[in-house]
Amino acid sequence: MHIAEGFLPPAHAIAWGVASAPFVVHGVRSLTREVRENPESTLLLGASGAFTFVLSALKIPSVTGSCSHPTGTGLGAILFRPPIMAVLGTITLLFQALLLAHGGLTTLGANVFSMAIVGPWAGYAVYKVLRRYDVPLMVAVFFGAFVADLSTYCVTSVQLALAFPDPGSGFLGALGKFGSIFAVTQIPLAVSEGLLTVLVMRLLVQSSKGDLTRLGVFLSGRQNRTRTAETEAVAR
Amino acid sequence: MNRNTKINALLLVVVAALAVLPLALGLGDGEKEPFTGADAQAETAITEIDPDYEPWFSPLYEPPSGEIESALFALQAALGAGVLAYYFGLRRGRRQGELRAVAQQDGDVAGESAARGN
Repeated sequence: MHIAEGFLPPAHAIAWGVASAPFVVHGVRSLTREVRENPESTLLLGASGAFTFVLSALKIPSVTGSCSHPTGTGLGAILFRPPIMAVLGTITLLFQALLLAHGGLTTLGANVFSMAIVGPWAGYAVYKVLRRYDVPLMVAVFFGAFVADLSTYCVTSVQLALAFPDPGSGFLGALGKFGSIFAVTQIPLAVSEGLLTVLVMRLLVQSSKGDLTRLGVFLSGRQNRTRTAETEAVAR
Repeated sequence: MNRNTKINALLLVVVAALAVLPLALGLGDGEKEPFTGADAQAETAITEIDPDYEPWFSPLYEPPSGEIESALFALQAALGAGVLAYYFGLRRGRRQGELRAVAQQDGDVAGESAARGN
């Protein structure tokens, strides 16, 4: 999902940067608030960032005969909500852009938008909806992580198709082309990411029940609904 | 091996199988360059769609060779794995410490069996 340095026209690069910036700024504020209010979260935050670090470094072969990598953003989004992943994902992408020439500074906005914003939000939404209907925790975690991974690559395909529509078949033709490179390759990897996220969540349930309870991971569907209503009431 | 460990091991085996099967089945054989990165394929696709496109910015730093690039990728994975291992190790140690403290309070016999049970 890394769009290479200089591979988006300047107008697109700037637009994606502008679109991503508020999410990252909001994420930094959420992150500092979380660390200040719940200092005991810091360790688990570090572990969530580390999970993204590991998974996005692993290039894994896929059925299409090419290689791609998972994103690891679903876990943190499920545990700490997506805004915090906007920060952790951006840090990972910056590391790769600066040291590995993987992705780039001019395309950072677009890459952040796909991996650190849309992926976490889409995965979190799926996880939340499933949990509201009392789908078992691990099933919801699997699909949350699966969707976070796959949606990231779908967004990358859309971004590239917008920037480089096919001269003959236009935007849709280009979307098919980039989609077959990214999205199809990604399906088995998204399954892998879902399974790995379930594995880490199982280890967390064994080792960090206290943290998970505080973060609301064990709430039933009914509790989830009332809790959301409460938080909304408080927000108002 | 208890049931929990078995399920965890099974998850890892399935992930490994998903990664190895494309290689074992030779799914990359038809390709010009088998198992290249999807990111690099996208770059090629861009130059096919728009042969005149010139990247207008180049990376500030580029690893001088494939070896160094893979070393940096390994470093990234190692950093992440190290932090994860630290986290789970710390949690496990703390829990054992708590159990031991409780065991000492409760007296020897009852406490020791609880610590061993976990």
